[in-house]
Amino acid sequence: MAELFKVLVVDDEAGMRSGIARVLNECVISLPEMKTEVRFTTVEADNAEQGLEIIETQKPDVLLLDHKLPGMTGLELLIKLTEKKVDVLTIMMTAYASLETAVEATRNGAYDFLAKPFSPAELKNLIRKASVRILYKRQAQSLAEEKKKVRFEFISILAHELKSPLAAIQGYLNIVSEKILGNDLAAYDSMIERSVIRLEGMKKLIFDLLDMTRIESEQRKREFTNINLAEHTKKAIEGFALAAKEHNITVNFDCPDTIEMKGDVLEVDIILNNLISNAIKYNKENGKVDINIGSDDKYVIIKVSDTGIGMKEDETKKLFKDFVRIKNDQTRNILGSGLGLSTVNKLVQMYDGKIDVLSEFSKGSTFTVALLKNPHNPKDDSGTHPNNILVNAEGSNRA
Amino acid sequence: MNKKILIVDDDTDFIEQLEVMLKQASYDIDKTYSKAEAEEYLQKNKPDLAIVDLMMENTDSGFALCYHIKKQYNNLPVIMVTAVTNETGFQFDAATKEEKTWIRADAFLAKPIRFEQLKKELNRLLGN
Repeated sequence: MAELFKVLVVDDEAGMRSGIARVLNECVISLPEMKTEVRFTTVEADNAEQGLEIIETQKPDVLLLDHKLPGMTGLELLIKLTEKKVDVLTIMMTAYASLETAVEATRNGAYDFLAKPFSPAELKNLIRKASVRILYKRQAQSLAEEKKKVRFEFISILAHELKSPLAAIQGYLNIVSEKILGNDLAAYDSMIERSVIRLEGMKKLIFDLLDMTRIESEQRKREFTNINLAEHTKKAIEGFALAAKEHNITVNFDCPDTIEMKGDVLEVDIILNNLISNAIKYNKENGKVDINIGSDDKYVIIKVSDTGIGMKEDETKKLFKDFVRIKNDQTRNILGSGLGLSTVNKLVQMYDGKIDVLSEFSKGSTFTVALLKNPHNPKDDSGTHPNNILVNAEGSNRA
Repeated sequence: MNKKILIVDDDTDFIEQLEVMLKQASYDIDKTYSKAEAEEYLQKNKPDLAIVDLMMENTDSGFALCYHIKKQYNNLPVIMVTAVTNETGFQFDAATKEEKTWIRADAFLAKPIRFEQLKKELNRLLGN
């Protein structure tokens, strides 16, 4: 990667301009830490008015600006640029170097100050600093833009996911209130039932969304403690006992009495709850769920198998993306937000783990999650949170 | 004989609502749940009108299907329905003239569809 920066030199001394141009045109600044090198082209102006015109038409990256100019002074041009919000990194130069002018220039948006006379080495040094500054600023800008875009897409889909059930419920209520099927209330029973199901689904979406934002928000402190997975899994199973009983589903749990890992309780519970509730929700009447937890020297391995409706291959591929739900006749009455597994996937990445799914359509699915027993503790690095998870959420990262 | 309407939507609730309304207005209906299913159906059947949802397996499935229908079965009227509006944040808004021309649907209705509105459009397009 190489960058070519355009430098505008505004000075009324022709010798000064050509001297700077000669140095910069031959200058190559290599920045291995940013995996790039920077070269320069130069444009010249002998007064501030002409300089302004060039800035507006040619948009240089750097401005080397003399203070004492005929007509408009360098400082006045600088003020104009700030007013017009022109994005050009400015270095002031003057033969009458005084602290006062320097302070004034920096206050008005100049990046740095070069006192005449200066050596080619001094110029190169400052230009290197300026280049790094410009590159960092641009990197930050593009990252911010990408974040904004991802956020916008997420909110757009979220709005749609919230609006769909509302539209469905509203549609049913319209039919009821217009009495399209006559005055017999019983004719509308199935519509009321569907409305209740869609409302429950909306509620679930909101809860899952809260889980997800809690994980992704940089505000939340991750508290690492010793977690006995056996205990937490038992609790999670109990939480879904009623749902399992309703469909006569047997849940088998195979695990040593204690199996420990370090982690955040909330995060680990979200993983367990999602895997277990899915295995029950997407099961069949009289089905079976097998939960198996083991470990090797580095990982704990959680395996949840069901004898449920299963998935086709193309469906398993997109399963871990936000808002993906497998839509068919069998999933129609199952509440889901499409956020559960995408949240699990994000969490698994935070534990340097792996999530894998094996599924056979109408036979069942097996989810295997491996989590690092001793994951990177966020306390060890002054609280930097992997805030890139939202950006990277697109890829399923499955092993 | 009743006129036949093809419904294309992946939201079964919406299909059920349309079914209730269309039956009440004495139309026969056939249902498909995706763009691909609808295309397959149209190879063998000749409905009098199609009601197509915008967002199905992909966010623009409805557009693509509508475009396909208008190219291959020019005489088949299409009503596009969607819960998507510009207020949900999508760039798309079927209300702009330009997009209406491009999509070439014969009518646009917002979800949830009102019975009176639906009957009005059906009368207009099928000339009862």
